[in-house]
Amino acid sequence: RLRQSLLGRLPGLSNARRLLSAPPSGMPPDDEKPMFPGSRSSFTTQLDFIHPENFEGIPVYRLVNRRGDLVDGAPEPTLAGNKDLCLQVYETMLQLNIMDKILYDSQRQGRISFYMTSFGEEGIVANAAALNPNDLVFCQYRESGVLMQRGMELERFMDQCYSNDSDMNRGRQMPVHYGSKDHSFVTVSSPLATQMPQASGAAYAFKRMQNGLCVVCYFGDGSASEGDAHAALNFAATLDCPVMFVCRNNGYAISTPTSDQYRGDGIAIRGPAFGIPTVRVDGNDVFALYEVTQQARQLCLTEMRPTLIEMMTYRLGHHSTSDDSSAYRSVDELSFWDREDNPIIRMRKFLTKRGWWSDEQETATKQAIRKRVLQKFAQAEKRLKPNPMEMFSDVWARMPPRLRQQMEDTRRHLEAETSHYPELKNYKPIADVE
Amino acid sequence: YLIPLSSSHYPVNQTTMHRPSLSACQLILRSFGRSGGNIVASRRFASSMNVRDALNSAMREEIERDPNVFLMGEEVAQYEGAYKVSKGLWKLMGDKRVIDTPITEMGFAGLAVGAAMAGLRPICEFMTFNFSMQAIDHVINSAAKTYYMSAGDVKVPIVFRGPNGAAAGVAAQHSQDFASWYSHCPGLKVVSPWNSEDARGLLKAAIRDNDPVVCLENEMMYGVSFEVSPECESKDFLIPIGKAKIEIPGNHISLISYGKFVGLCVEAAAELAKEGIQCEVLNLRTLRPLDEEAIVKSVMKTHHVVTVESCWPQCGMGAEIAARIMESQAFDYLDAPLTRMTGADVPMPYAQALEAAALPQVADIVRVVRRTLNRAAK
Repeated sequence: RLRQSLLGRLPGLSNARRLLSAPPSGMPPDDEKPMFPGSRSSFTTQLDFIHPENFEGIPVYRLVNRRGDLVDGAPEPTLAGNKDLCLQVYETMLQLNIMDKILYDSQRQGRISFYMTSFGEEGIVANAAALNPNDLVFCQYRESGVLMQRGMELERFMDQCYSNDSDMNRGRQMPVHYGSKDHSFVTVSSPLATQMPQASGAAYAFKRMQNGLCVVCYFGDGSASEGDAHAALNFAATLDCPVMFVCRNNGYAISTPTSDQYRGDGIAIRGPAFGIPTVRVDGNDVFALYEVTQQARQLCLTEMRPTLIEMMTYRLGHHSTSDDSSAYRSVDELSFWDREDNPIIRMRKFLTKRGWWSDEQETATKQAIRKRVLQKFAQAEKRLKPNPMEMFSDVWARMPPRLRQQMEDTRRHLEAETSHYPELKNYKPIADVE
Repeated sequence: YLIPLSSSHYPVNQTTMHRPSLSACQLILRSFGRSGGNIVASRRFASSMNVRDALNSAMREEIERDPNVFLMGEEVAQYEGAYKVSKGLWKLMGDKRVIDTPITEMGFAGLAVGAAMAGLRPICEFMTFNFSMQAIDHVINSAAKTYYMSAGDVKVPIVFRGPNGAAAGVAAQHSQDFASWYSHCPGLKVVSPWNSEDARGLLKAAIRDNDPVVCLENEMMYGVSFEVSPECESKDFLIPIGKAKIEIPGNHISLISYGKFVGLCVEAAAELAKEGIQCEVLNLRTLRPLDEEAIVKSVMKTHHVVTVESCWPQCGMGAEIAARIMESQAFDYLDAPLTRMTGADVPMPYAQALEAAALPQVADIVRVVRRTLNRAAK
């Protein structure tokens, strides 16, 4: 370093040095910038491995703390400037929570086959509130809050879980695998992370169409390990697709804690590696979440490129009704997040301190919601299942003759042997379909 | 590419006369795609086209016709395709219609499906279908099943295409025939062209079809030329998906095949014709939905059947055809059990002689036909 500084003060000498060490004719001197294709940085003689553990980690953006107070020095959140929207978001989170409780219990009672709750992650409602209702959503499976915020009626959730005749999926999907064209929400697909390259592709299509919309893709901390996730992020970046990737990092992938899922700084650190503008946010702070989503959407559309939001949160419930999380986590850990740090509790504290909410309103609202949910639930349970012959439609755009033959054979069989199929009384009448 | 080893004729359709055999020189000219004028005086207006050009022109015309159609895959743009099937397309149409992808079949198949879900009509090329295994979840779970699982809400009008089956000396991981795997699944349509007319008509139909379609081509056929009718050259030439074609009518035995092996059946038929055995060569063209009516009709006429494929024996296409015949009225018309000629039940060996021994050859077909008909070997 001393030699270099000396040379720096003696321009003549440093020039000479450059001339003496210049490579033969025409090629640039080799002590300037690296010329490798795709290279952006500079040369160094310092041999330093980048040790990931030496970095503190990308900070978590947060505006309102656990006690429901605006953090010192934080700017006034955009969401907090809209009382009606705040209350609507809060009530939607409550409704999601109560619907989850009732449907979870109904599975335990054998009334539906399967369910997944969003306990602890209801903040996703605030994220959805900042989107355009026509932004196309690809989700994983724990994003019912997005559908609820977009206005999907309670009964449609129940109808899907019951696979009855009003089910939008006509009885072809497991519970919680919602989909709704009206709400720009692509049907949930079980294999993990497959929705991610699809989202990149759809965003590519939107870019071609120049429709001013973006695609939003939700995925979990576990799904981020899939090969599809890597491909999706890389493609979105190289093809300049307006897709907002939102990772729900809730600490667990069924029983696998994040400490076993990755060694790096979560999912956020991967964004810049792919060339994607990235932010990490407190997923239990609805105000921060709303802010971040708005900004990300702007970035996607004005710069026509992807963004990555890692929302840090905690999965309060079991992975699904097929899981018992007490097998792998402590009651103390669970009870901390349940009591102190989840989107509903924190927003409630903020709203109460602002004078926009009270204990009486809390009780009354919860009662009203519960009554409404139970009512819709009872209705959904009573509805008949679809005409069994619908099983044969929508395999292809047009039913081929061979399948039609199978449908007719099945219909004849069921009609002849009705007494052997007592469950048929719970189904709509059998009739051939197109 | 490689010229065919035997100078047999290439029948155009069953109503024309068989043309005289072509000289090796003429064959070489045609294999390299030079459609230098008429070779046969009796077929006025007919021209010659190789399978590569057939696929190329089909894609070009469909991309020009519909702004939503585009091609994506590894090396399809500037490199013009690993097998040059997309030659000239990128130069003509640019980055928006012909897209090179990074090396992730899983990634670009998923991306193509997402684009289809959002309203585009992608043609997703797999360098070979062997690599489609890395993306098969997207072909089946994302493409094939989605229209059904979304109750008609989400359409996936996508075409997955690429070479299928054995090439020459590329060993096990590059030689598998996926006809069984894909035709197994409801929600998919599966086509497998043999000649240039098939290639043009089936690929165009596939691109215009609203269901996900898998188009299984064969690398060895890309350089092979066929005469095509004027109709075939029309921009709206479509072959209906689900309809087989009788390449050569016959009364004694049905040879049922798809893709490259139709050509071998045609050669075997020519050889057997010399001893008075009339083979009916049925080119399936579509594997899903299978043209059961054509199969049954043919077997009811000839009473004997041999299927030819390069899939492995267990659960291959021959197994399905055998079952369908048994389930139909054709069963009562059989004078002998069906024989299915398949690839040997081993991963494809590399050595040339072993590879030849692992696949049905013309001599094998001839031998099996004679055996089925209880004729002594010559």
